Amino acid sequence: MLLSEYKSKELLAQYGVPIPAGRLARSAEEAEDNCARISAKKYVVKAQIAAGGRGLAGGIKFAATPSSVHDESEKLLGSKLVTEQTGRDGETVNAVYVEAAHDLKSQFFIAFALDSETGRPMLLASKDGGVEFEQRARMDAETVKTLVLDDDATGLGDFLTSLGMGAGAEAPVRAAAEAFVKNDMTLLEINPYAQASDGNWLAIDAKVALDTAAAFRHPEFDGFTAEQGLSDVESEAQKSNINLVRLDGNLGVIVNGAGLGLATNDMIVDAGGTPANFMDIRTTATSFDIARGVEILLKEPRVKALLLNVHGGGMTVCDTVAEGVAFAYSRSNRKPPCIARLAGVNASWGQQILEDRKVPVEVRDDMKSAIARAVELAGDV
Amino acid sequence: MAILVNKDTKVIVQGMTGRAGTFYADQAMRYGSDYVGGVRPGRGGSKHLGLPVFHDVATAVKETGATASLVVVPAPQAADAMIEAIEAELDVVVCVTERVPQHDMTRVKQALEGSKTALIGPNSQGILTPDQCKIGVMPTKDATPGGVGIVSRSASLTSEILANCSAADLGQSTTIGIGGDALHGLGFVECLKLFREDDETEVVVLIGEIGGREEELAAEYLADVSYEKPVVALVVGREAPPGRRMGHAGTLSALGALSASEKIAKLRNAGAVIAEDASDVVTKVIAKKNG
Repeated sequence: MLLSEYKSKELLAQYGVPIPAGRLARSAEEAEDNCARISAKKYVVKAQIAAGGRGLAGGIKFAATPSSVHDESEKLLGSKLVTEQTGRDGETVNAVYVEAAHDLKSQFFIAFALDSETGRPMLLASKDGGVEFEQRARMDAETVKTLVLDDDATGLGDFLTSLGMGAGAEAPVRAAAEAFVKNDMTLLEINPYAQASDGNWLAIDAKVALDTAAAFRHPEFDGFTAEQGLSDVESEAQKSNINLVRLDGNLGVIVNGAGLGLATNDMIVDAGGTPANFMDIRTTATSFDIARGVEILLKEPRVKALLLNVHGGGMTVCDTVAEGVAFAYSRSNRKPPCIARLAGVNASWGQQILEDRKVPVEVRDDMKSAIARAVELAGDV
Repeated sequence: MAILVNKDTKVIVQGMTGRAGTFYADQAMRYGSDYVGGVRPGRGGSKHLGLPVFHDVATAVKETGATASLVVVPAPQAADAMIEAIEAELDVVVCVTERVPQHDMTRVKQALEGSKTALIGPNSQGILTPDQCKIGVMPTKDATPGGVGIVSRSASLTSEILANCSAADLGQSTTIGIGGDALHGLGFVECLKLFREDDETEVVVLIGEIGGREEELAAEYLADVSYEKPVVALVVGREAPPGRRMGHAGTLSALGALSASEKIAKLRNAGAVIAEDASDVVTKVIAKKNG
């Protein structure tokens, strides 16, 4: 779960990471009022969405006076930001973060993740702050230096010095490392991590990803989810043991397993089709869970056909999935054609259920022909 | 032959008395695997599925001579269960539990350092040597013994490819899932090493995806040792939109991870035969066996 900037900073501040003075606002008036409570010569207004790529999409505006904070906030609030990570529909800006803007002497990039080799926290750092973490990692692996941290963070000071940071830079980084571990973060990015002209080090922007698998020991995570205003559809699906990602196309896709889901997605695009979603039914999902997931797809008018691609095994057997699909169809007014490719455990039983319950189903024996037919039925976007 | 597990492997189940533990232990025993006991703290001395239940792993190993464990405990307890099995010096530990917190794996990885245990998972479908031993959750109806070794990161896609292989009369030596999480035990490289030394394995199928560095490391290894056996590789997720959370939990964090097409290029340069999509894998295996 990706936290928005203000929530990320609030968490870091609790561990002693210095952040610029700032306040959240949900209206332009509130944003302007906030300025009175922030000691600053000038301000920055930042759209709060839970996706990266915000700066490039025009979601960060500098403002010299409280009245221009008002005007910039008015423009941002209610608008939709479309970034590389939001999909075509973009994400609505429901809140802005008004912050003191600082003159910066130097800007760095730091991030924490777990090292897949040792399992220990790893610090990634670079001299050039500013660029999005994922872009940076993709384009510029050479300039990012890494340090795997032991329990005492041995060698941290030398590591930061070697990158050109002064002595004052270490304490906030240690504090950030503690926040990373104690909050079950899977990613913590502070970018830029900057030294202001008064010499103080600040987390100017921060992005935190929390491990929702650890929510059982963090009751506060539930509150974060609600505040984030995640896509209703995706969080509804999460509750039903289904990982669902909305895409822009017209072919609804029901698949068990992440790998088979990705393979199916590739083959749909290869065949000239456009997936409406990515779906991975977890092995713990019941028929009822699956019905909820299918209902979400049936409700979307742009979905012109459904592709059911299931390889039954473990506890996700074909009849379980078919029961869920049949139930969702029985309760839906929209009944787009369903192409079913069932294999593995109880495949013919599953097929029987779909036919008996009057699901408008066409059965295919292999993935390739099922996908070709589903793409044909979905037609042009 | 085969890798890691065979007809002599004696398996205990951690969490055997639960719903999932009962289900998977029962299925594996019906398949003919040698399951010898279960572990459930507080229930030592009882019986379940006709097998003795022990309070802890060490006692279970002492009493039964178990060499492997299937960990089917809820996620909050999974790390402790894996560590207990590693400390009991089992040869193979398979954890199928999904949604184990990433930070818990810090402790598990520390326990693995210098140990003799091969950890498979977590969030893995497990390991299957057809007609000999199943430790995991995968279906067995389409598995047949033979010369194809399969290593993968995902369960249902592997079942699909395994079924395609069997339908084409290509049996399997061993099928192993390294798990879908970012932090896990055995990786592709260790599995490739094991298949390389296994006489029975003639062709290796490697099923990777976007996210993480497993495919890249595998490519480096294949090139380094001039791997003698043919490797057919599939990397899925070519068409997944960037930055979206698709695929396994471990696949979001970029951390220098290559794109699917970069991974494919690296594997191809390392000598692997690239399957265009899931249905193309078996075609490529047939071509390699006949070529």
